[in-house]
Amino acid sequence: MLSSTADNLFWMARYMERSENTARLLTGLYHMSLLPARRGAQAGLWEGLFQSEDEREAFLAKYDGFRTDPVLTYMVLDRDNPSSIRSCVWSARENVRATRHVLTTDMWETINSTWLDIAHVTYGDMLDMGHHDFLEWIKVRSHLFRGVAHGTMRRGDAFEFWRMGVFIERAENTIRLLAARAHTFKPSGPAQRADTATLDYYQWGTLLRSVNAYKAYREIYKSQIDLRRVVELLTLNPEIPRSVMACVEEIYEILEGLRPRSRSFEHANDLLTRLQSARIDRIYRTGMSRFLEDYRSGLHELSLQIQKDFLMIQ
Amino acid sequence: MHAADGDIRDAYRDYSAWLTDQSIDRLRQKHEQADLLFRRLGITFTVYGEDEGGERLIPFDVIPRILSADEWSILERGAIQRVDALNAFLHDIYHDQEIIRAGVVPAELVMTNEAFQPQMLGLDMPKQVYAHVSGVDAVRVDDKTFYVLEDNVRTPSGVSYMLENRETMMRLFPDLFAQSVVAPVDRYPEYLLRSLQAVAPAGVDDPTVVLMTPGQYNSAYFEHAFLAMEMGIELVEGRDLFVDSGSIFMRTTEGPKRVDVIYRRVDDGFLDPLAYNPDSALGVPGILSVVRSGRVTVCNAMGTGVADDKAMYVYVPDMIRFYLGEEPVLQNVPTYSCRKPDDLKYVLDHISELVVKEVHGSGGYGMLVGPKATKAQCDEFKKLLKAEPENYIAQPTLALSTCPTLVEEGIAPRHVDLRPYVLSGEKTRVMPGGLTRVALKAGSLVVNSSQGGGTKDTWVLEAPAEISETD
Repeated sequence: MLSSTADNLFWMARYMERSENTARLLTGLYHMSLLPARRGAQAGLWEGLFQSEDEREAFLAKYDGFRTDPVLTYMVLDRDNPSSIRSCVWSARENVRATRHVLTTDMWETINSTWLDIAHVTYGDMLDMGHHDFLEWIKVRSHLFRGVAHGTMRRGDAFEFWRMGVFIERAENTIRLLAARAHTFKPSGPAQRADTATLDYYQWGTLLRSVNAYKAYREIYKSQIDLRRVVELLTLNPEIPRSVMACVEEIYEILEGLRPRSRSFEHANDLLTRLQSARIDRIYRTGMSRFLEDYRSGLHELSLQIQKDFLMIQ
Repeated sequence: MHAADGDIRDAYRDYSAWLTDQSIDRLRQKHEQADLLFRRLGITFTVYGEDEGGERLIPFDVIPRILSADEWSILERGAIQRVDALNAFLHDIYHDQEIIRAGVVPAELVMTNEAFQPQMLGLDMPKQVYAHVSGVDAVRVDDKTFYVLEDNVRTPSGVSYMLENRETMMRLFPDLFAQSVVAPVDRYPEYLLRSLQAVAPAGVDDPTVVLMTPGQYNSAYFEHAFLAMEMGIELVEGRDLFVDSGSIFMRTTEGPKRVDVIYRRVDDGFLDPLAYNPDSALGVPGILSVVRSGRVTVCNAMGTGVADDKAMYVYVPDMIRFYLGEEPVLQNVPTYSCRKPDDLKYVLDHISELVVKEVHGSGGYGMLVGPKATKAQCDEFKKLLKAEPENYIAQPTLALSTCPTLVEEGIAPRHVDLRPYVLSGEKTRVMPGGLTRVALKAGSLVVNSSQGGGTKDTWVLEAPAEISETD
């Protein structure tokens, strides 16, 4: 298939996946912002979303503070924010529009109607609908799109490049989700004060719920929520569909099928081996933030290598 | 819909009976449903200069335009005849120019024409076809007479509307299609692909055909994507293609792949930045040399525009006689070439009865509709005519046929024209139907979508014998 078409498919998948992940992230934070313990400390909560100085500046140029209303407006609806959910849906839709000749009509109709529905939504509309329901709607639209793609797309290169975009984006997002809490990664133990323990419980519970992994955690560990185990579950456990391990396994298989003698595949192989040989205790000792940061840049390099190997249009 | 004597035309008889039973409210509801369908499917055209909202629907009318098998057979024969003559003309002017030597067409009209491409001189096109896809815009003026308004042999668009209008009508009114024997148009993409494959460079067995688009912000992008999808071929932009060792290749995820036939929807001037517009980012540097060496076929060929401008239009009936030895089936609208002094005088004297058009204009711009114009506007145009007479032609206003159309007041007659699509390459054929454009303003004769025109589905009722046709 055309390199430029594969490129469109890859980004279509990433943007759609990103819109869902942003909705998940915001749902989690919104619920936390409603907890009594967070009152008064809310500013820190929303501010944690903006991990670089550039992101902070872009936000503060238009809005007056890290509070629920402005942050949600910016992250969901702002057309000047290229990562807002609205912008992601728009970009996904434009990528579909450019490749609709290789996609099924159902895929186009799904993404196009999502775009038409979100295009004119105002913050007032969001308030009317309720933040939770609105973000849930975004998630459902992403589920629908993925389902339509799975149920209608011919199994071929187009399908594989779409899946590759999905899993790279998802892996990056799961890491980002964990990294956003990196500052709270400190040993938890009996010395901890009771209110902090409760806070941790809600924090990590909300985080797990936002990636649909709360029940899995309960089933697997049958114990109270502990941050080390949360990180283990979401990075190293191949059974959790949004874990980094699950995503990297998929990427490895896709590249093996597309071109096993490529730098991209070597790179994916390396990333997979790193996860397979990792142990949570060792990660914990050497520093989780550092581990996550290293792994995130590894994924980023893989993404660049895939673009070089398959998608470059010069 | 009505014949000259006021009776309902045969072709409309069944439909008319059905329509009488429909309430206006139901039709309006169907109309809204159609709008929704078009928007969901993304059948839109882009309006330049607007941002993400810049996609518009062409108004679609739910009442079809209906032609009987007899009426259609005239149009069909006439359109094929016309396109065959135009292809013969294009071959001739890029080779021996016999029609010029015979004094039928003036040399300066060809050689000084902006669309004339000297690079095409002496180049043999496979099957001697230049215009692989043509649109012949026609109007009916009485029971048996169709006039051709203009020929389109560059990169005519709109065929996706023919297909999607039908698709939409079948979704909205399945009952109607169960009753009437409407000739299907849905094989167009298949025939188009066959035509394109048939003109691959000699010696290529299983040609790779691609559709080349200026990109997703082009106003006809939907159509490009739609046709590529229907034909199952790659939709490429200039940046996807490159020239290497005398052939054209496209960049794919598995490396370069050779391309044999390019159905391009990019204008001549943008195809090769080395030869034409150096600023064009839409083209492929060096593509012209590959065309000249015959290792890729570009459809429609470069330089076809010389055959379809309004100055050449006047000579098409003569071309038919000259190349085919036949009398034209379709009539030209009587046309005054203002470059001829006698014609110019007539036009200046009768300007309030005539439609005056720029020779190279298109899209309904730069024209004067005499009967609708004020005296000041007429005087303004007279000045333009005297300054550059060779730039203008004039035609009488026609008693265009009308078709019932759903408008604000209810169902009312509106003027229509029709663009049937003609394919050449394998054999010359016309899809039974086409794009009917309708002037939505009462009394208006301008059907262009940029000027408030809409579209309708076009039904050709099949004669019983033709139903079993299977080629």
